[in-house]
Amino acid sequence: MSATLVANVVIAGVLTGLVYGLMALGLSVIFGVVRVVNFAHGEMMTIAMYAAVLLSGAFKLDPMLAALPVAAAFFCIGYALQAGLINPFITRPEHSQFILLVAVATILTNVLLMVFGPDARSVQTDYQLDSWELGQVIVDKARVYAALAALGTTAALFAFFRFSRTGTAIRACADNHFGALVTGLNVKHLYAFTFGLGAACVAIAGCMMTLLVEVSPTVGPSYTLLGFVIVIVGGLGSMPGALLGGVLIGVSEALAGLFIDPSAKSMFSFALLIVVLLFRPQGLLGRKA
Amino acid sequence: MSARARALLVALAAVLLALPQFAGSYLLSVATLALYFAYTGQAWNVMMGFAGQLSLGHSLYVGLGAYAAAAVFTKFGIGPWAGAWVAIALCVAAGAAIGVLAFRFGISGVYFALLTIAFAEFTRIGFDHIGWLGGPGGLFLKVGQRSSWDLANLRGTPAMFYYVMLALTAGAFALCAALLKSRAGYYWQAIREDEEAARALGINTFRWKMFAVIISAAMTALAGVFFAFYYNNLFPEQIFNIGQSIEIILGPIVGGVGTLFGPVLGAALLTGLADALNNLVAAMGWDIPGVKQVFYGIVLLLVIMFLPNGIWPPLARRLGLGR
Amino acid sequence: MALLEADALVKSFRGLRAVGGASFDVEPGSIVALIGPNGAGKTTCFNMIAGVFAPDSGTVAFEGRKMQGSRPDEICKAGIGRTFQIVKPFAGLSVADNVVVGALLRESTSRGARAVAMGILRKLRLEEKADLPASTLTLPDRKRLEVARALATRPKLLLLDEVMAGLRPTECDEMVAFFRELNRADGLAILLIEHVMRAVMALAQRVVVLHHGEVIARGAPAEVVRDPAVLECYLGEETEV
Repeated sequence: MSATLVANVVIAGVLTGLVYGLMALGLSVIFGVVRVVNFAHGEMMTIAMYAAVLLSGAFKLDPMLAALPVAAAFFCIGYALQAGLINPFITRPEHSQFILLVAVATILTNVLLMVFGPDARSVQTDYQLDSWELGQVIVDKARVYAALAALGTTAALFAFFRFSRTGTAIRACADNHFGALVTGLNVKHLYAFTFGLGAACVAIAGCMMTLLVEVSPTVGPSYTLLGFVIVIVGGLGSMPGALLGGVLIGVSEALAGLFIDPSAKSMFSFALLIVVLLFRPQGLLGRKA
Repeated sequence: MSARARALLVALAAVLLALPQFAGSYLLSVATLALYFAYTGQAWNVMMGFAGQLSLGHSLYVGLGAYAAAAVFTKFGIGPWAGAWVAIALCVAAGAAIGVLAFRFGISGVYFALLTIAFAEFTRIGFDHIGWLGGPGGLFLKVGQRSSWDLANLRGTPAMFYYVMLALTAGAFALCAALLKSRAGYYWQAIREDEEAARALGINTFRWKMFAVIISAAMTALAGVFFAFYYNNLFPEQIFNIGQSIEIILGPIVGGVGTLFGPVLGAALLTGLADALNNLVAAMGWDIPGVKQVFYGIVLLLVIMFLPNGIWPPLARRLGLGR
Repeated sequence: MALLEADALVKSFRGLRAVGGASFDVEPGSIVALIGPNGAGKTTCFNMIAGVFAPDSGTVAFEGRKMQGSRPDEICKAGIGRTFQIVKPFAGLSVADNVVVGALLRESTSRGARAVAMGILRKLRLEEKADLPASTLTLPDRKRLEVARALATRPKLLLLDEVMAGLRPTECDEMVAFFRELNRADGLAILLIEHVMRAVMALAQRVVVLHHGEVIARGAPAEVVRDPAVLECYLGEETEV
């Protein structure tokens, strides 16, 4: 087990982790503002991946470019989903909301199964097998591009929340629902907007993910759970936490795959979830719920 | 129970007891499956409907119970009746572990649900790695002859399995009815409604929540034992799957969480309709996997949106019954 | 020995001192009112006595036994019942079942508990609504249900947290009369937090005034109301304009 091998694996883990982080970011933003636990998150990711695969197959569109229209479409769908379906459930008990999204997730996964069949698919790009060599370490180009896209999106999102009017309004809603209502903010619209943003994040993450792995209809639940692990480890409602959590999970998964057994990767993530839920449920960077 | 309710229950019991006489083997298998979900739904209902703890990882107990009984049968020749005790012990231990961890640390609601999912998933992948139990390739029981009843080893005709499942379901129903009227029932419902208020009335909520989890786990263990001896093959991917957990909760949610008859009604409806749907699709010549699950998802969606308390409460009112 | 002795209770939340050394007693069979402006620390004291959280320092003794830091259910078992400022009925249960839950603490069978529950409901004139879902009750009835439920646990001391808030004067008077009767007939001791002065003057035998987490006055209601320190904390200082 050479140091170079470990280094390669760790770097790959970090880069993949950034894409995981973007996906988890969407989940965190939705929960932090709308307080809805989006159990259908992984399914949304899967659909985005399929979209990228289809666009790549039909129009030879690079997933990085496809990310833009897919993100736009997902924003609209997310907005509609929140405004139309989820909004009445804000005041209902927690488990009702959860089960609503479990239902949505079940429908989505199996519709995908019906439409695309159980076989895996992937994109084909020119640079997928290329890599750079930094000394003895090998870095995959595709991974770097994906990670850069993830970082870029995160930065854009951060800037949006920090500097734009809508972003500030959304943060106000998150901090104080009632106060937001009283000051005349259109909370329903802002919630839907936020859900749309979360969905767009997932869309971009999904498109990037196709550069790294193949897609099949049943990967949805694993991504949902992965998203939860990351968000809970990094801190529910914390944006930097989502990225940090993503990187941590990406690296630990990669190392677990190297030292233990590739199929035991997710076992490690679940164990981590259990540990974090017990000892620090607000995560590394989160605020106490 | 009112006289009317009692009469209806007797009529239902009569129909269910006589079913194997006039139903073909296919219908019998569907009925057995419906009873299986009625039973597991009731077990889950104890935790959620009575005590208000949402578990989305109940497949853990089905799987552990199934593997425990199957393992002692195939490796040591111990029959299912004794094996059931091993299954119950294992599931009670697992449930207690989850309960202690969750409740001591104040985990509830969605976080609790996530914890149950994590445990089930962890176990699923774990069992893939237990070579001694067959790993991902599965654990197989020798399929015995199916012409006569061997109750001791649970080998026999479809009718035998039907009656075993019927007995389990009826037993669960009676148990839940008794629990609901007892101190446990009152305390659980108090905890479900408002845990802080319950504590202020002298209820040790930790102890009672643990009790609910343990009973639910023990009951579900028996479903696992049945599963092992009915299907004769166990795969971690299938039995610990989150889809299984979701199928378990469908009956109670559609029928009515927290009610006595809801889980039974919900399971019967869903299994029957899903089966009809499958036949319809097959008759049209389509071979599409996933139709049944989409159907389940849509039903779940519609119920949670428009009939959040399930189908049974309004139906019971219509029929002039109590719960 | 007093029934309840709170001694030098201190509690801070994230650096903000809510209660800074409050001490007061409740004698057996007496009615004590805890008053003070908003933010004075009254509910924090209550919560420490009821076991919702432990004091940072100081003790709570009930019948001579130290109880601070115990769990709420242990404290209820010891004989302290409480109501909540924002009522918490078991909405999905019937009115009677709500009280049965409380009665089950001291009764071993559901039937016995139900009998006790109906008796209490009768005393609080809620028996006609016994089979209605608790969620359908009006606020005054919910308050009565809250009291009924706590009484079903057969407490020696009842903690009432602003039970008169939101009640009309006639409803308030009814409640006062009810508590006075309970105190007279059963010797039930009561510690109440109250803003409604009408109830404090009519019910309390002694009053303890909290301000900024400290006790600034104590005594009979008539004296306390005239105490300049008390007037100042409610009305503020006189300033030159």
